[in-house]
Amino acid sequence: MAVSSSSFLSTPFLSNSKSTISFAYSVSPAPIPSLRRVVFRSHRRAMTVRSKIREIFMPALSSTMTEGKIVSWLKTEGEKLAKGQSVVVVESDKADMDVETFYDGYLAAIVVGEGETAPVGAAIGLLAETEAEIEEAKNKAASKSSAAVAPSPPPPPATSSPAPAIAQPAPVAAVSDGPRKTVATPYAKKLAKQHKVDIGSIAGTGPFGRITASDVEAAAGIAPSVAPPPPPPPASAAATAKATATSSPPLLPDSSVVPFTAMQSAVSKNMIESLSVPTFRVGYPVNTDALDTLYEKVKPKGVTMTALLAKAAGMALAQHPVVNASCKDGKSFTYNSNINIAVAVAINGGLITPVLQDADKLDLYLLSQKWKELVGKARSKQLQPHEYNSGTFTLSNLGMFGVDRFDAILPPGQGAIMAVGASKPTVVADKDGFFSVKNKMMVNVTADHRIVYGADLAAFLQTFAKIVENPDSLTL
Amino acid sequence: MQSAFSLSFSQSSLTLPNRPLCSSNASPRNLRREAFGFSPSKQLTSCRFQVKSRRIEVSAAAGGNGAPSNKSFDYDLVIIGAGVGGHGAALHAVEKGLKTAIIEGDVVGGTCVNRGCVPSKALLAVSGRMRELQNEHHMKSFGLQVSAAGYDRQGVADHANNLATKIRNNLTNSMKALGVDILTGFGSVLGPQKVKYGKDNIITAKDIIIATGSVPFVPKGIEVDGKTVITSDHALKLESVPDWIAIVGSGYIGLEFSDVYTALGSEVTFIEALDQLMPGFDPEISKLAQRVLINPRKIDYHTGVFASKITPAKDGRPVMIELIDAKTKEPKDTLEVDAALIATGRAPFTNGLGLENINVATQRGFIPVDERMRVIDGNGKLVPNLYCIGDANGKLMLAHAASAQGISVVEQVTGRDHVLNHLTIPAACFTHPEISMVGLTEPQAREKAEKEGFKVSIAKTSFKANTKALAENEGEGLAKMIYRPDNGEILGVHIFGLHAADLIHEASNAIALGTRIQDIKLAVHAHPTLSEVVDELFKAAKVESPASTTPQSVKATV
Repeated sequence: MAVSSSSFLSTPFLSNSKSTISFAYSVSPAPIPSLRRVVFRSHRRAMTVRSKIREIFMPALSSTMTEGKIVSWLKTEGEKLAKGQSVVVVESDKADMDVETFYDGYLAAIVVGEGETAPVGAAIGLLAETEAEIEEAKNKAASKSSAAVAPSPPPPPATSSPAPAIAQPAPVAAVSDGPRKTVATPYAKKLAKQHKVDIGSIAGTGPFGRITASDVEAAAGIAPSVAPPPPPPPASAAATAKATATSSPPLLPDSSVVPFTAMQSAVSKNMIESLSVPTFRVGYPVNTDALDTLYEKVKPKGVTMTALLAKAAGMALAQHPVVNASCKDGKSFTYNSNINIAVAVAINGGLITPVLQDADKLDLYLLSQKWKELVGKARSKQLQPHEYNSGTFTLSNLGMFGVDRFDAILPPGQGAIMAVGASKPTVVADKDGFFSVKNKMMVNVTADHRIVYGADLAAFLQTFAKIVENPDSLTL
Repeated sequence: MQSAFSLSFSQSSLTLPNRPLCSSNASPRNLRREAFGFSPSKQLTSCRFQVKSRRIEVSAAAGGNGAPSNKSFDYDLVIIGAGVGGHGAALHAVEKGLKTAIIEGDVVGGTCVNRGCVPSKALLAVSGRMRELQNEHHMKSFGLQVSAAGYDRQGVADHANNLATKIRNNLTNSMKALGVDILTGFGSVLGPQKVKYGKDNIITAKDIIIATGSVPFVPKGIEVDGKTVITSDHALKLESVPDWIAIVGSGYIGLEFSDVYTALGSEVTFIEALDQLMPGFDPEISKLAQRVLINPRKIDYHTGVFASKITPAKDGRPVMIELIDAKTKEPKDTLEVDAALIATGRAPFTNGLGLENINVATQRGFIPVDERMRVIDGNGKLVPNLYCIGDANGKLMLAHAASAQGISVVEQVTGRDHVLNHLTIPAACFTHPEISMVGLTEPQAREKAEKEGFKVSIAKTSFKANTKALAENEGEGLAKMIYRPDNGEILGVHIFGLHAADLIHEASNAIALGTRIQDIKLAVHAHPTLSEVVDELFKAAKVESPASTTPQSVKATV
């Protein structure tokens, strides 16, 4: 139902209904003298195109329209367009209308995002003729606001490029998986497109290895927007009901409500989820004199305390595989083939757990190097999904703040988490009754009691303490 | 999958004009019986059909379902199939004083009541509410707070089943109350005016109506196991809610099920043989519907492809669907899903009807009929005293169309010629929001206009401008009317929006009664109601001819 521009002009007064109109283009530096004529003239002008990048203008949908709001972009950046296809829905003072393209090409850049408003005649997007020109068009879009060529009345549009909420870029295609067909569910595909995640790079965890929405969400580093509706277990339903009932006291005057960022909602969701796991805690004092000595020695070589503790935990886990196991379905143990230590890191306004993979096998120096790399990536939000969600055991250290002990919440999907306090000089009495001062730190482990029992955890901690107290094996 | 209610309601509405004649506390059913017993026949025929001057020819009705008017037959009318079509015909036949029997080989109510419109409306009622409760944004805009919405699958399935049972009982009781003989067993035609039912019961009738309906159509290559590869018959029982279901066919059955499944948490993949989703709807409506019903939901689709082979899940493998290009027949893709629903339409159920006894050959299973539903035999001649209505003739496969055809046949056999205008029959798709239509689509109207040399205009209104729709936070929607600007004739109306299925009747009645836009636009609609969407539509039309003389109602009140 392409409405040609001429027929559009012949019926300029559109009733208050949804209908379709084709949009205006011109060569980008063309001045825009009259709002109404843009549609018409630019269409003709297209004959004399030099550059193959065209601007998509806010069309005048009625005689009284001065600005329009973008209801939705029907196409995403980089998507191929065919002549006559609807590209964007514009809301005028009267109606919502589909705006169609006159040209084949690619939607190179969206200049005015959904929900934003632009004056009639302003560029709302750029269309490139070939794929190769997309980049060029993008650069153009970026410099658009400064390059006010036309002395015409409509001001250049605000170029607030709508950045995705979280800055996890599309992961680079990782391991070549062979030519296996990727199967992704409809919603997973939609989400991948929305968050610009390359679906081919995601490992599917759904039934038959298919990629599900949660896989894409994990890859994009976001929390699922709405929990799926399956009947919740009565207990947790009651808990949530109670929570909502009590959690809405009236706001105090001048209070502000700041919505969660994607990362914060992911944390929130994980924390709520953790409530369904029966956990218990075991604490253990560990003498760190030897470890401190070792640390002083290896510190110049770039070894961090985190790496030392992760290595020690990894070695201890190797001897107590059940603590490295997880309980996925409430019916079985899942013994993990690798020991991957996730380490909690506070980053600006959030919390993320980069993972040191194979912490038991990697040597201390490699581990330290790897850690530095991960922290750097975490700070710049460059972590790949497998670098923050493949942990089998978590380490959280608040010792640097002087915290002497704390207990941690077990992240869903793992068997245990270790909370490490500060190492402090402590007066101890040995078995002969002699007092001495030794550096001691409190280590507190929270574990899933469905699979890890008290004795298991105690034995693991004993092994961990032995390794820390005789740390030479750490450097082997 | 159309409204079954339309039938039972329209039937009881027949009795309403008689209310003042009856005792005040009579239930509608008693009312009806009393009406037949005691009121003059003129009263009975005065509603629904515009009977002009010849309305008296009806036999002296009375007496309920008494003796056949012609002693040489067991019955005046025998109907094979007690679906909605047969039921509608039977009720009207009794009203006209015919001794009537209805033969049913399965359960009373047929597809609509047991495996179609009725249970699906129950599921859609649930899906509409789930959708609303899950839409946080929608709730917030009302200032409502709702904690996570959940559902119990068995509870939902029971609701659908209970509704079907209730409506089936209503239907059965309404026929029993009128004295229609319900004969159990499969019926077949033995010869002219002779019918066999059950093992070897033979009855004769002056006229016979075939109303055997249809069954889900399953294209070849598709193996239906009833568990993972299913038809609407199975889906309505809601024995499972798969994580991911492919729906083959994006007509109204497929669309309605996509609404149900996505609301219950499934993801859906449509497989459509044509190049566009929702074929058969007005293109503008289907475009908007796609933006609202498909794009924002957990649905993707493959168009221009056939599902050439579908294998149910077994041996630890998912359901496998092989897709081929609809035009070139080249293999295109393979899908792995948890379940597949075959919604490729319906096939007539006409096997074993004994059609060979009367030399009738079906066409792709459909029984050929003329515009008066008279059956045509292999030589192109009319078979006397034999009619076929509903899905079995394939004219318009909708429950209420079958019923209207049945009533039309009864009108004919009782001496009044009647031809049903199918363009006046509305249709609806009960998604959220709903889609409804009557008459021609825009391309059809333009084609007709081209041929017959008249002009076509379009009027449109948006639900966004309707107060009631906005109060409900449901401003998404469009009503569209295709009409002749020269004489104000309505050619078609298409509505997408809140309660569209209920809104269409003003338009379908106007078309059926020949009411012109310039007249109906003067009618008053209560404010604020959704019906003003249609009112706006009439008022937005630009008709060249003036309104006809002052309508009756105006005269009366002055």
